[in-house]
Amino acid sequence: MRAYHEQTMPATAVHPDRNFKYWLLAPAIFLLLLIGLFPLIYSLVVSFMRIDMMDTDTSFAWFYNYKNLFKDGRLWWSLAHTLLITAIALPLELLLGLAMAYLFLEKMPGRQIFISLLVLPTIISPIVAGATWRLLFDNKYGPINQILSWFAGERVNALWTINPTLVYPAIIFCEIWQWTPFMFLILLAALSNVDKSQTEAAEIDGARFLRTFRYIVLPAIWPVMAIAILIRGLDLFRIFDIIWALTQGGPGTKTETISIYAYTQGFKQFETSYTAAIAFLVVFILTVICTWAIRRMGLAK
Amino acid sequence: MSALPLHRRHGVRLSFRYLIAALLVVIFCFPVYWLFIISFKTPDEIFAFPPVWYPESIQFSNYKVLFKDGDAATVGNSLILASVSTFFAMIFGTIAAYSLVRFKTGGENLAVWIISQRMMPPVAIVFPIFLLYVWLGWVDSYFGLIILYTAFSLPYVIWMMRGYIEDIPLELEESALVDGCTRWEVLWKVVLPMARSGLFATAVFTFIFAWNDFLFALVLTRTEVTTYTVQVTHYFGGQSNFWAKIAAMSVLGTIPVFFTVAVMQRYLVRGISMGAVKG
Repeated sequence: MRAYHEQTMPATAVHPDRNFKYWLLAPAIFLLLLIGLFPLIYSLVVSFMRIDMMDTDTSFAWFYNYKNLFKDGRLWWSLAHTLLITAIALPLELLLGLAMAYLFLEKMPGRQIFISLLVLPTIISPIVAGATWRLLFDNKYGPINQILSWFAGERVNALWTINPTLVYPAIIFCEIWQWTPFMFLILLAALSNVDKSQTEAAEIDGARFLRTFRYIVLPAIWPVMAIAILIRGLDLFRIFDIIWALTQGGPGTKTETISIYAYTQGFKQFETSYTAAIAFLVVFILTVICTWAIRRMGLAK
Repeated sequence: MSALPLHRRHGVRLSFRYLIAALLVVIFCFPVYWLFIISFKTPDEIFAFPPVWYPESIQFSNYKVLFKDGDAATVGNSLILASVSTFFAMIFGTIAAYSLVRFKTGGENLAVWIISQRMMPPVAIVFPIFLLYVWLGWVDSYFGLIILYTAFSLPYVIWMMRGYIEDIPLELEESALVDGCTRWEVLWKVVLPMARSGLFATAVFTFIFAWNDFLFALVLTRTEVTTYTVQVTHYFGGQSNFWAKIAAMSVLGTIPVFFTVAVMQRYLVRGISMGAVKG
Protein backbone atom coordinates (compact mmCIF):
# COMPACT_ATOMS: atom_id res chain seq x y z
CA MET A 1 0.00 0.00 0.00
CA ARG A 2 2.85 2.29 0.92
CA ALA A 3 4.69 1.43 -2.26
CA TYR A 4 1.61 2.32 -4.22
CA HIS A 5 1.52 5.71 -2.63
CA GLU A 6 5.17 6.35 -3.37
CA GLN A 7 4.64 5.90 -7.09
CA THR A 8 3.77 9.60 -7.09
CA MET A 9 0.09 9.00 -7.42
CA PRO A 10 -1.73 12.09 -8.65
CA ALA A 11 -3.87 13.60 -5.95
CA THR A 12 -6.81 14.71 -8.05
CA ALA A 13 -9.42 12.68 -9.84
CA VAL A 14 -8.55 14.37 -13.08
CA HIS A 15 -5.40 12.28 -13.51
CA PRO A 16 -6.36 8.94 -12.06
CA ASP A 17 -4.33 5.80 -11.94
CA ARG A 18 -4.53 4.57 -15.51
CA ASN A 19 -6.08 1.16 -15.11
CA PHE A 20 -8.16 1.79 -12.00
CA LYS A 21 -11.17 3.17 -13.87
CA TYR A 22 -11.21 0.20 -16.21
CA TRP A 23 -10.99 -2.29 -13.37
CA LEU A 24 -14.08 -0.68 -11.87
CA LEU A 25 -16.04 -1.12 -15.07
CA ALA A 26 -14.76 -4.55 -16.06
CA PRO A 27 -17.20 -6.81 -14.17
CA ALA A 28 -20.26 -4.81 -15.23
CA ILE A 29 -19.22 -4.65 -18.87
CA PHE A 30 -18.33 -8.33 -18.90
CA LEU A 31 -21.76 -9.31 -17.56
CA LEU A 32 -23.59 -6.98 -19.91
CA LEU A 33 -21.73 -8.38 -22.88
CA LEU A 34 -22.30 -11.97 -21.75
CA ILE A 35 -26.04 -11.60 -21.01
CA GLY A 36 -26.93 -8.68 -23.25
CA LEU A 37 -24.88 -8.53 -26.39
CA PHE A 38 -23.63 -12.09 -26.91
CA PRO A 39 -27.07 -13.77 -26.92
CA LEU A 40 -28.32 -11.08 -29.25
CA ILE A 41 -25.59 -11.71 -31.79
CA TYR A 42 -25.97 -15.44 -31.37
CA SER A 43 -29.69 -15.29 -32.03
CA LEU A 44 -29.17 -12.98 -34.99
CA VAL A 45 -27.11 -15.75 -36.55
CA VAL A 46 -29.72 -18.36 -35.62
CA SER A 47 -32.50 -16.24 -37.10
CA PHE A 48 -30.87 -16.60 -40.51
CA MET A 49 -30.95 -20.39 -40.27
CA ARG A 50 -33.83 -22.86 -40.26
CA ILE A 51 -33.58 -24.61 -36.91
CA ASP A 52 -36.69 -26.13 -35.39
CA MET A 53 -37.57 -29.21 -33.37
CA MET A 54 -37.29 -31.56 -36.33
CA ASP A 55 -34.49 -29.94 -38.19
CA THR A 56 -31.16 -28.91 -36.72
CA ASP A 57 -29.73 -27.93 -40.07
CA THR A 58 -27.35 -25.03 -39.51
CA SER A 59 -26.97 -23.92 -43.10
CA PHE A 60 -28.03 -20.38 -43.83
CA ALA A 61 -31.50 -19.65 -45.15
CA TRP A 62 -30.97 -15.90 -44.83
CA PHE A 63 -34.24 -13.99 -44.81
CA TYR A 64 -36.49 -17.03 -44.94
CA ASN A 65 -37.80 -16.48 -41.39
CA TYR A 66 -38.13 -12.76 -41.82
CA LYS A 67 -40.23 -13.24 -44.95
CA ASN A 68 -42.46 -15.58 -42.98
CA LEU A 69 -43.00 -12.94 -40.34
CA PHE A 70 -44.99 -10.88 -42.82
CA LYS A 71 -47.26 -13.80 -43.70
CA ASP A 72 -47.89 -14.74 -40.08
CA GLY A 73 -51.35 -13.42 -39.17
CA ARG A 74 -51.12 -14.67 -35.61
CA LEU A 75 -48.00 -12.58 -35.06
CA TRP A 76 -49.64 -9.36 -36.25
CA TRP A 77 -52.73 -10.08 -34.19
CA SER A 78 -50.57 -10.56 -31.13
CA LEU A 79 -48.92 -7.24 -31.87
CA ALA A 80 -52.36 -5.63 -32.20
CA HIS A 81 -53.45 -7.12 -28.86
CA THR A 82 -50.32 -5.73 -27.22
CA LEU A 83 -50.93 -2.26 -28.63
CA LEU A 84 -54.60 -2.39 -27.66
CA ILE A 85 -53.76 -3.15 -24.03
CA THR A 86 -51.07 -0.47 -23.98
CA ALA A 87 -53.30 2.14 -25.61
CA ILE A 88 -56.07 1.66 -23.06
CA ALA A 89 -54.16 0.91 -19.87
CA LEU A 90 -51.44 3.55 -20.16
CA PRO A 91 -53.65 6.70 -20.37
CA LEU A 92 -55.94 5.35 -17.65
CA GLU A 93 -53.02 4.65 -15.32
CA LEU A 94 -51.66 8.10 -16.01
CA LEU A 95 -54.93 9.94 -15.39
CA LEU A 96 -55.85 7.93 -12.32
CA GLY A 97 -52.34 8.26 -10.93
CA LEU A 98 -52.45 12.00 -11.51
CA ALA A 99 -55.84 12.37 -9.84
CA MET A 100 -54.62 10.36 -6.86
CA ALA A 101 -51.46 12.43 -6.66
CA TYR A 102 -53.58 15.60 -6.51
CA LEU A 103 -55.74 14.06 -3.81
CA PHE A 104 -52.74 13.47 -1.57
CA LEU A 105 -50.76 16.55 -2.55
CA GLU A 106 -51.90 18.68 0.36
CA LYS A 107 -50.97 17.56 3.85
CA MET A 108 -53.60 15.64 5.76
CA PRO A 109 -53.30 13.62 8.95
CA GLY A 110 -52.60 9.95 8.20
CA ARG A 111 -51.44 10.75 4.68
CA GLN A 112 -48.37 8.53 4.91
CA ILE A 113 -50.43 5.52 6.00
CA PHE A 114 -52.81 5.95 3.07
CA ILE A 115 -49.88 6.17 0.67
CA SER A 116 -48.22 3.06 2.10
CA LEU A 117 -51.43 1.06 1.74
CA LEU A 118 -52.05 2.26 -1.79
CA VAL A 119 -48.60 1.19 -2.92
CA LEU A 120 -49.15 -2.47 -1.99
CA PRO A 121 -50.34 -3.63 -5.44
CA THR A 122 -47.20 -2.34 -7.15
CA ILE A 123 -44.76 -4.25 -4.99
CA ILE A 124 -46.35 -7.67 -5.30
CA SER A 125 -45.18 -9.85 -8.14
CA PRO A 126 -47.15 -9.52 -11.39
CA ILE A 127 -47.65 -13.27 -11.47
CA VAL A 128 -49.18 -13.13 -7.99
CA ALA A 129 -51.31 -10.15 -9.07
CA GLY A 130 -52.58 -12.20 -12.00
CA ALA A 131 -53.23 -15.20 -9.76
CA THR A 132 -55.09 -13.03 -7.27
CA TRP A 133 -57.35 -11.57 -9.93
CA ARG A 134 -57.95 -15.02 -11.30
CA LEU A 135 -59.38 -15.91 -7.89
CA LEU A 136 -61.35 -12.66 -7.76
CA PHE A 137 -62.77 -13.10 -11.25
CA ASP A 138 -63.96 -16.67 -10.75
CA ASN A 139 -67.49 -16.80 -12.05
CA LYS A 140 -68.95 -18.71 -9.12
CA TYR A 141 -66.72 -18.42 -6.06
CA GLY A 142 -65.13 -15.08 -6.82
CA PRO A 143 -66.31 -11.91 -5.09
CA ILE A 144 -66.48 -9.72 -8.20
CA ASN A 145 -69.54 -11.38 -9.69
CA GLN A 146 -71.04 -11.37 -6.22
CA ILE A 147 -70.58 -7.62 -5.84
CA LEU A 148 -71.97 -7.05 -9.33
CA SER A 149 -74.98 -9.16 -8.38
CA TRP A 150 -75.78 -6.79 -5.53
CA PHE A 151 -75.96 -3.90 -7.94
CA ALA A 152 -77.70 -5.81 -10.67
CA GLY A 153 -80.28 -7.26 -8.31
CA GLU A 154 -79.92 -10.67 -9.92
CA ARG A 155 -77.22 -13.30 -10.11
CA VAL A 156 -74.37 -12.29 -12.41
CA ASN A 157 -72.46 -15.16 -13.96
CA ALA A 158 -69.81 -13.41 -16.04
CA LEU A 159 -67.00 -15.67 -17.27
CA TRP A 160 -64.30 -13.02 -17.02
CA THR A 161 -61.30 -15.01 -18.21
CA ILE A 162 -63.14 -17.06 -20.82
CA ASN A 163 -65.67 -14.76 -22.46
CA PRO A 164 -63.92 -13.01 -25.40
CA THR A 165 -65.64 -9.68 -24.77
CA LEU A 166 -64.90 -9.64 -21.03
CA VAL A 167 -61.35 -10.90 -21.06
CA TYR A 168 -59.79 -7.59 -22.13
CA PRO A 169 -61.55 -5.55 -19.45
CA ALA A 170 -60.37 -8.18 -16.95
CA ILE A 171 -56.73 -7.96 -18.05
CA ILE A 172 -56.75 -4.18 -18.25
CA PHE A 173 -58.42 -3.87 -14.87
CA CYS A 174 -55.76 -6.04 -13.27
CA GLU A 175 -53.00 -4.12 -15.03
CA ILE A 176 -54.41 -0.76 -13.92
CA TRP A 177 -54.87 -2.00 -10.39
CA GLN A 178 -51.26 -3.05 -10.18
CA TRP A 179 -49.53 -0.12 -11.84
CA THR A 180 -51.61 2.98 -11.10
CA PRO A 181 -49.94 3.25 -7.66
CA PHE A 182 -46.56 3.37 -9.42
CA MET A 183 -47.70 6.34 -11.52
CA PHE A 184 -49.24 7.86 -8.42
CA LEU A 185 -45.98 7.74 -6.43
CA ILE A 186 -43.89 9.22 -9.22
CA LEU A 187 -46.40 11.96 -10.01
CA LEU A 188 -46.86 12.77 -6.33
CA ALA A 189 -43.11 13.31 -6.02
CA ALA A 190 -43.14 15.45 -9.16
CA LEU A 191 -46.12 17.55 -8.05
CA SER A 192 -44.57 18.12 -4.63
CA ASN A 193 -41.60 19.74 -6.35
CA VAL A 194 -43.69 22.24 -8.29
CA ASP A 195 -43.16 25.78 -7.05
CA LYS A 196 -46.27 26.54 -4.97
CA SER A 197 -45.99 30.32 -5.21
CA GLN A 198 -46.56 30.16 -8.99
CA THR A 199 -49.70 28.06 -8.86
CA GLU A 200 -51.08 30.16 -6.01
CA ALA A 201 -50.39 33.36 -7.90
CA ALA A 202 -52.24 31.99 -10.92
CA GLU A 203 -55.20 31.02 -8.76
CA ILE A 204 -55.37 34.47 -7.21
CA ASP A 205 -55.39 35.92 -10.71
CA GLY A 206 -58.50 33.84 -11.26
CA ALA A 207 -57.02 31.24 -13.57
CA ARG A 208 -59.06 28.09 -13.88
CA PHE A 209 -57.59 24.83 -12.60
CA LEU A 210 -57.13 23.43 -16.10
CA ARG A 211 -55.30 26.53 -17.30
CA THR A 212 -53.01 26.52 -14.29
CA PHE A 213 -52.33 22.85 -14.89
CA ARG A 214 -51.69 23.27 -18.60
CA TYR A 215 -49.37 26.27 -18.40
CA ILE A 216 -47.67 26.01 -15.03
CA VAL A 217 -47.88 22.52 -13.55
CA LEU A 218 -47.54 20.39 -16.68
CA PRO A 219 -44.33 22.01 -17.96
CA ALA A 220 -42.85 21.57 -14.48
CA ILE A 221 -43.70 17.90 -14.09
CA TRP A 222 -43.29 16.91 -17.73
CA PRO A 223 -39.69 15.59 -17.56
CA VAL A 224 -40.68 13.20 -14.77
CA MET A 225 -44.02 12.35 -16.31
CA ALA A 226 -42.44 11.59 -19.67
CA ILE A 227 -40.04 9.11 -18.11
CA ALA A 228 -42.88 7.47 -16.18
CA ILE A 229 -44.87 7.13 -19.42
CA LEU A 230 -41.85 5.71 -21.21
CA ILE A 231 -41.12 3.16 -18.47
CA ARG A 232 -44.74 2.03 -18.24
CA GLY A 233 -45.14 2.01 -22.01
CA LEU A 234 -42.15 -0.28 -22.41
CA ASP A 235 -43.40 -2.53 -19.61
CA LEU A 236 -46.85 -2.75 -21.17
CA PHE A 237 -45.36 -3.59 -24.53
CA ARG A 238 -43.65 -6.61 -23.00
CA ILE A 239 -46.65 -7.64 -20.86
CA PHE A 240 -46.43 -11.35 -20.07
CA ASP A 241 -46.90 -12.36 -16.43
CA ILE A 242 -50.39 -11.02 -15.77
CA ILE A 243 -51.76 -12.52 -18.97
CA TRP A 244 -49.99 -15.79 -18.33
CA ALA A 245 -51.63 -16.05 -14.92
CA LEU A 246 -55.07 -14.90 -16.06
CA THR A 247 -55.60 -16.46 -19.47
CA GLN A 248 -52.36 -17.87 -20.90
CA GLY A 249 -53.31 -16.01 -24.08
CA GLY A 250 -56.75 -17.62 -24.28
CA PRO A 251 -59.54 -18.05 -25.08
CA GLY A 252 -57.89 -19.52 -28.18
CA THR A 253 -55.35 -16.90 -29.17
CA LYS A 254 -57.65 -14.00 -28.28
CA THR A 255 -55.36 -12.38 -25.68
CA GLU A 256 -52.04 -13.49 -27.07
CA THR A 257 -49.55 -10.62 -26.81
CA ILE A 258 -46.23 -10.47 -28.59
CA SER A 259 -44.41 -11.84 -25.55
CA ILE A 260 -46.85 -14.72 -25.10
CA TYR A 261 -46.65 -15.54 -28.80
CA ALA A 262 -42.86 -15.50 -28.85
CA TYR A 263 -42.81 -17.73 -25.77
CA THR A 264 -45.22 -20.20 -27.38
CA GLN A 265 -43.21 -20.34 -30.59
CA GLY A 266 -39.92 -20.80 -28.81
CA PHE A 267 -40.75 -23.09 -25.93
CA LYS A 268 -43.86 -24.97 -27.02
CA GLN A 269 -43.41 -25.26 -30.79
CA PHE A 270 -39.59 -25.21 -30.59
CA GLU A 271 -39.36 -23.00 -33.67
CA THR A 272 -35.87 -21.90 -32.73
CA SER A 273 -34.94 -19.82 -35.77
CA TYR A 274 -38.38 -18.33 -36.20
CA THR A 275 -38.52 -17.21 -32.56
CA ALA A 276 -35.15 -15.55 -32.96
CA ALA A 277 -36.58 -13.63 -35.90
CA ILE A 278 -39.59 -12.55 -33.80
CA ALA A 279 -37.22 -11.39 -31.09
CA PHE A 280 -35.45 -9.19 -33.61
CA LEU A 281 -38.71 -7.78 -34.86
CA VAL A 282 -39.52 -6.80 -31.26
CA VAL A 283 -36.10 -5.24 -30.73
CA PHE A 284 -36.51 -3.32 -33.97
CA ILE A 285 -39.97 -2.01 -33.09
CA LEU A 286 -38.88 -0.99 -29.60
CA THR A 287 -35.79 0.78 -30.87
CA VAL A 288 -37.91 2.77 -33.31
CA ILE A 289 -40.52 3.63 -30.68
CA CYS A 290 -37.94 4.58 -28.07
CA THR A 291 -35.92 6.76 -30.40
CA TRP A 292 -39.08 8.48 -31.55
CA ALA A 293 -40.45 8.87 -28.03
CA ILE A 294 -37.21 10.20 -26.58
CA ARG A 295 -36.92 12.79 -29.34
CA ARG A 296 -40.59 13.68 -29.26
CA MET A 297 -40.77 14.05 -25.52
CA GLY A 298 -37.70 16.22 -25.52
CA LEU A 299 -35.81 13.91 -23.23
CA ALA A 300 -32.65 13.83 -25.29
CA LYS A 301 -29.98 15.61 -23.33
CA MET B 1 -70.76 25.93 -1.03
CA SER B 2 -69.63 29.53 -1.17
CA ALA B 3 -72.22 30.45 1.43
CA LEU B 4 -70.35 28.46 4.04
CA PRO B 5 -67.68 30.17 6.13
CA LEU B 6 -64.14 29.44 5.06
CA HIS B 7 -63.19 27.04 7.85
CA ARG B 8 -66.37 25.02 7.29
CA ARG B 9 -65.61 24.80 3.59
CA HIS B 10 -62.15 23.58 4.44
CA GLY B 11 -63.61 20.96 6.77
CA VAL B 12 -66.03 19.72 4.13
CA ARG B 13 -63.23 19.48 1.64
CA LEU B 14 -61.00 17.56 4.01
CA SER B 15 -63.69 15.02 4.88
CA PHE B 16 -64.42 14.63 1.18
CA ARG B 17 -60.72 13.88 0.62
CA TYR B 18 -60.79 11.32 3.42
CA LEU B 19 -63.83 9.68 1.91
CA ILE B 20 -62.17 9.29 -1.50
CA ALA B 21 -58.92 8.16 0.11
CA ALA B 22 -60.73 5.49 2.13
CA LEU B 23 -62.56 4.33 -0.98
CA LEU B 24 -59.29 4.05 -2.89
CA VAL B 25 -57.68 2.07 -0.09
CA VAL B 26 -60.61 -0.36 -0.11
CA ILE B 27 -60.39 -0.81 -3.88
CA PHE B 28 -56.62 -1.20 -4.00
CA CYS B 29 -56.28 -3.34 -0.90
CA PHE B 30 -59.27 -5.61 -1.27
CA PRO B 31 -57.56 -8.00 -3.73
CA VAL B 32 -54.62 -8.32 -1.34
CA TYR B 33 -57.05 -8.95 1.52
CA TRP B 34 -58.84 -11.58 -0.54
CA LEU B 35 -55.60 -13.37 -1.36
CA PHE B 36 -54.59 -13.50 2.30
CA ILE B 37 -58.03 -14.54 3.49
CA ILE B 38 -58.31 -17.41 1.01
CA SER B 39 -55.04 -18.81 2.27
CA PHE B 40 -56.60 -19.14 5.74
CA LYS B 41 -59.89 -20.64 4.58
CA THR B 42 -60.97 -24.26 4.73
CA PRO B 43 -61.94 -25.87 1.41
CA ASP B 44 -65.60 -25.55 2.37
CA GLU B 45 -65.20 -21.82 2.83
CA ILE B 46 -63.24 -21.39 -0.39
CA PHE B 47 -65.82 -23.21 -2.48
CA ALA B 48 -68.85 -21.65 -0.89
CA PHE B 49 -71.55 -19.83 -2.77
CA PRO B 50 -72.11 -16.98 -2.12
CA PRO B 51 -68.45 -16.27 -1.23
CA VAL B 52 -67.38 -16.13 2.40
CA TRP B 53 -66.10 -12.61 3.09
CA TYR B 54 -64.16 -13.50 6.20
CA PRO B 55 -63.37 -16.96 7.58
CA GLU B 56 -64.84 -18.15 10.86
CA SER B 57 -61.45 -19.05 12.19
CA ILE B 58 -57.89 -18.61 11.01
CA GLN B 59 -56.35 -21.97 10.24
CA PHE B 60 -52.97 -22.80 8.78
CA SER B 61 -53.50 -26.17 7.11
CA ASN B 62 -52.99 -24.66 3.65
CA TYR B 63 -49.52 -23.57 4.70
CA LYS B 64 -48.74 -26.84 6.46
CA VAL B 65 -49.32 -28.71 3.21
CA LEU B 66 -46.86 -26.46 1.39
CA PHE B 67 -44.19 -27.06 4.01
CA LYS B 68 -44.86 -30.79 4.18
CA ASP B 69 -44.62 -31.24 0.40
CA GLY B 70 -41.51 -29.09 0.25
CA ASP B 71 -43.17 -26.52 -2.05
CA ALA B 72 -42.35 -23.78 0.46
CA ALA B 73 -38.65 -24.31 -0.30
CA THR B 74 -39.21 -22.40 -3.55
CA VAL B 75 -39.48 -19.24 -1.46
CA GLY B 76 -36.00 -20.07 -0.14
CA ASN B 77 -34.78 -20.38 -3.74
CA SER B 78 -36.21 -16.97 -4.57
CA LEU B 79 -34.57 -15.56 -1.47
CA ILE B 80 -31.13 -16.93 -2.39
CA LEU B 81 -31.37 -15.81 -6.01
CA ALA B 82 -32.72 -12.34 -5.24
CA SER B 83 -30.38 -11.49 -2.39
CA VAL B 84 -27.16 -12.84 -3.91
CA SER B 85 -27.85 -11.21 -7.27
CA THR B 86 -28.75 -7.93 -5.56
CA PHE B 87 -25.48 -8.07 -3.64
CA PHE B 88 -23.39 -8.51 -6.78
CA ALA B 89 -25.40 -6.06 -8.85
CA MET B 90 -24.92 -3.41 -6.17
CA ILE B 91 -21.16 -3.95 -5.99
CA PHE B 92 -20.47 -4.18 -9.72
CA GLY B 93 -23.00 -1.48 -10.54
CA THR B 94 -21.77 1.00 -7.96
CA ILE B 95 -18.11 0.74 -8.87
CA ALA B 96 -19.01 0.98 -12.55
CA ALA B 97 -21.11 4.07 -11.85
CA TYR B 98 -18.23 5.55 -9.89
CA SER B 99 -15.93 5.03 -12.83
CA LEU B 100 -18.45 6.64 -15.20
CA VAL B 101 -18.99 9.65 -12.98
CA ARG B 102 -15.50 10.42 -11.70
CA PHE B 103 -13.35 9.39 -14.62
CA LYS B 104 -15.88 9.84 -17.44
CA THR B 105 -14.75 6.42 -18.66
CA GLY B 106 -16.00 5.76 -22.20
CA GLY B 107 -17.63 9.17 -22.28
CA GLU B 108 -21.34 9.68 -22.77
CA ASN B 109 -21.56 6.85 -25.32
CA LEU B 110 -20.78 4.11 -22.85
CA ALA B 111 -23.33 5.42 -20.36
CA VAL B 112 -26.01 5.56 -23.05
CA TRP B 113 -25.16 2.04 -24.21
CA ILE B 114 -25.50 0.71 -20.67
CA ILE B 115 -28.85 2.41 -20.12
CA SER B 116 -30.16 1.23 -23.48
CA GLN B 117 -29.60 -2.35 -22.30
CA ARG B 118 -32.52 -1.84 -19.97
CA MET B 119 -34.90 -1.20 -22.83
CA MET B 120 -34.35 -4.69 -24.16
CA PRO B 121 -37.56 -6.65 -23.66
CA PRO B 122 -36.97 -9.85 -21.67
CA VAL B 123 -38.84 -11.92 -24.21
CA ALA B 124 -36.42 -10.89 -26.96
CA ILE B 125 -33.46 -11.77 -24.81
CA VAL B 126 -34.74 -14.83 -22.96
CA PHE B 127 -34.71 -17.11 -25.95
CA PRO B 128 -31.10 -16.51 -26.98
CA ILE B 129 -30.10 -16.73 -23.32
CA PHE B 130 -31.85 -20.05 -23.08
CA LEU B 131 -29.85 -21.32 -26.06
CA LEU B 132 -26.66 -19.99 -24.50
CA TYR B 133 -27.44 -21.57 -21.13
CA VAL B 134 -28.21 -24.96 -22.65
CA TRP B 135 -24.87 -24.79 -24.40
CA LEU B 136 -23.05 -23.81 -21.19
CA GLY B 137 -25.01 -26.23 -19.01
CA TRP B 138 -26.29 -23.42 -16.77
CA VAL B 139 -30.00 -24.23 -17.00
CA ASP B 140 -31.60 -24.93 -13.61
CA SER B 141 -28.60 -23.77 -11.62
CA TYR B 142 -28.34 -21.05 -8.98
CA PHE B 143 -25.22 -19.77 -10.68
CA GLY B 144 -26.91 -19.25 -14.02
CA LEU B 145 -29.89 -17.35 -12.64
CA ILE B 146 -27.76 -15.24 -10.30
CA ILE B 147 -25.58 -14.15 -13.21
CA LEU B 148 -28.68 -13.39 -15.24
CA TYR B 149 -30.43 -11.33 -12.55
CA THR B 150 -27.20 -9.51 -11.73
CA ALA B 151 -26.64 -8.58 -15.35
CA PHE B 152 -30.24 -7.58 -15.83
CA SER B 153 -30.23 -5.26 -12.82
CA LEU B 154 -26.91 -3.64 -13.70
CA PRO B 155 -28.19 -0.91 -16.05
CA TYR B 156 -30.71 0.18 -13.42
CA VAL B 157 -28.13 0.15 -10.61
CA ILE B 158 -25.58 2.05 -12.67
CA TRP B 159 -28.19 4.55 -13.79
CA MET B 160 -29.39 5.22 -10.23
CA MET B 161 -25.99 5.20 -8.54
CA ARG B 162 -24.64 7.63 -11.11
CA GLY B 163 -27.08 10.20 -9.82
CA TYR B 164 -26.24 9.58 -6.19
CA ILE B 165 -22.46 9.62 -6.71
CA GLU B 166 -22.64 12.89 -8.64
CA ASP B 167 -24.01 14.47 -5.47
CA ILE B 168 -20.96 13.53 -3.40
CA PRO B 169 -18.56 16.47 -3.11
CA LEU B 170 -15.27 15.79 -4.86
CA GLU B 171 -13.25 17.57 -2.12
CA LEU B 172 -13.95 14.76 0.33
CA GLU B 173 -12.38 12.22 -1.97
CA GLU B 174 -9.45 14.47 -2.79
CA SER B 175 -8.64 15.09 0.85
CA ALA B 176 -8.80 11.34 1.51
CA LEU B 177 -6.29 10.82 -1.33
CA VAL B 178 -4.02 13.48 0.14
CA ASP B 179 -4.25 11.71 3.48
CA GLY B 180 -2.72 8.67 1.83
CA CYS B 181 -5.73 6.50 1.08
CA THR B 182 -5.53 4.30 -2.00
CA ARG B 183 -8.24 4.68 -4.59
CA TRP B 184 -9.95 1.51 -3.40
CA GLU B 185 -9.91 2.86 0.15
CA VAL B 186 -11.44 6.13 -1.00
CA LEU B 187 -14.19 4.16 -2.68
CA TRP B 188 -14.75 1.97 0.36
CA LYS B 189 -14.40 4.55 3.14
CA VAL B 190 -15.67 7.75 1.54
CA VAL B 191 -17.90 7.08 -1.45
CA LEU B 192 -19.93 4.11 -0.22
CA PRO B 193 -20.84 5.61 3.17
CA MET B 194 -21.79 8.88 1.50
CA ALA B 195 -24.04 7.10 -1.02
CA ARG B 196 -25.63 4.94 1.67
CA SER B 197 -29.27 5.98 1.29
CA GLY B 198 -28.97 5.72 -2.48
CA LEU B 199 -27.49 2.25 -2.13
CA PHE B 200 -30.39 1.10 0.02
CA ALA B 201 -33.06 2.58 -2.22
CA THR B 202 -31.51 1.02 -5.30
CA ALA B 203 -30.98 -2.32 -3.58
CA VAL B 204 -34.66 -2.54 -2.62
CA PHE B 205 -35.75 -2.21 -6.24
CA THR B 206 -33.07 -4.57 -7.48
CA PHE B 207 -34.20 -7.13 -4.94
CA ILE B 208 -37.86 -6.73 -5.85
CA PHE B 209 -37.09 -7.07 -9.56
CA ALA B 210 -35.32 -10.40 -9.06
CA TRP B 211 -37.88 -11.53 -6.50
CA ASN B 212 -40.84 -10.85 -8.78
CA ASP B 213 -39.31 -12.26 -11.94
CA PHE B 214 -41.32 -14.96 -13.63
CA LEU B 215 -40.34 -15.26 -17.28
CA PHE B 216 -36.63 -15.98 -16.78
CA ALA B 217 -37.33 -18.42 -13.98
CA LEU B 218 -39.99 -20.16 -16.04
CA VAL B 219 -37.60 -20.69 -18.93
CA LEU B 220 -34.35 -21.34 -17.10
CA THR B 221 -35.38 -23.52 -14.16
CA ARG B 222 -36.65 -27.08 -14.07
CA THR B 223 -36.79 -28.66 -10.64
CA GLU B 224 -33.73 -27.66 -8.65
CA VAL B 225 -34.05 -23.89 -8.36
CA THR B 226 -37.74 -23.35 -9.06
CA THR B 227 -38.75 -19.93 -7.74
CA TYR B 228 -41.98 -19.28 -5.93
CA THR B 229 -43.47 -17.40 -8.90
CA VAL B 230 -43.06 -20.49 -11.06
CA GLN B 231 -44.40 -22.68 -8.27
CA VAL B 232 -47.59 -20.60 -8.05
CA THR B 233 -48.36 -21.28 -11.70
CA HIS B 234 -47.92 -25.02 -11.16
CA TYR B 235 -51.22 -24.99 -9.27
CA PHE B 236 -53.24 -23.66 -12.18
CA GLY B 237 -55.24 -26.51 -13.58
CA GLY B 238 -57.49 -26.72 -16.58
CA GLN B 239 -60.61 -27.71 -14.65
CA SER B 240 -59.91 -27.30 -10.98
CA ASN B 241 -57.46 -24.76 -9.62
CA PHE B 242 -55.76 -25.53 -6.37
CA TRP B 243 -57.02 -22.31 -4.86
CA ALA B 244 -55.78 -22.83 -1.35
CA LYS B 245 -52.27 -23.60 -2.61
CA ILE B 246 -52.25 -20.69 -5.06
CA ALA B 247 -53.22 -18.31 -2.28
CA ALA B 248 -50.92 -19.70 0.41
CA MET B 249 -47.93 -19.88 -1.93
CA SER B 250 -48.59 -16.32 -3.14
CA VAL B 251 -48.77 -15.06 0.43
CA LEU B 252 -45.52 -16.82 1.34
CA GLY B 253 -43.89 -15.12 -1.63
CA THR B 254 -45.41 -11.73 -0.90
CA ILE B 255 -44.61 -11.44 2.81
CA PRO B 256 -40.83 -11.01 2.34
CA VAL B 257 -41.44 -8.14 -0.09
CA PHE B 258 -43.92 -6.44 2.22
CA PHE B 259 -41.43 -6.84 5.01
CA THR B 260 -38.54 -5.42 2.97
CA VAL B 261 -40.62 -2.49 1.83
CA ALA B 262 -41.90 -1.77 5.34
CA VAL B 263 -38.36 -1.70 6.73
CA MET B 264 -36.95 0.27 3.82
CA GLN B 265 -39.90 2.57 3.29
CA ARG B 266 -38.21 5.91 3.61
CA TYR B 267 -35.54 4.84 1.14
CA LEU B 268 -38.14 3.42 -1.20
CA VAL B 269 -40.18 6.54 -1.79
CA ARG B 270 -37.01 8.53 -2.22
CA GLY B 271 -35.72 5.92 -4.64
CA ILE B 272 -38.76 6.12 -6.87
CA SER B 273 -38.83 9.88 -6.99
CA MET B 274 -35.06 10.31 -7.28
CA GLY B 275 -34.88 7.76 -10.07
CA ALA B 276 -37.49 9.62 -12.02
CA VAL B 277 -36.24 13.11 -11.28
CA LYS B 278 -32.60 12.34 -11.96
CA GLY B 279 -33.43 10.37 -15.09
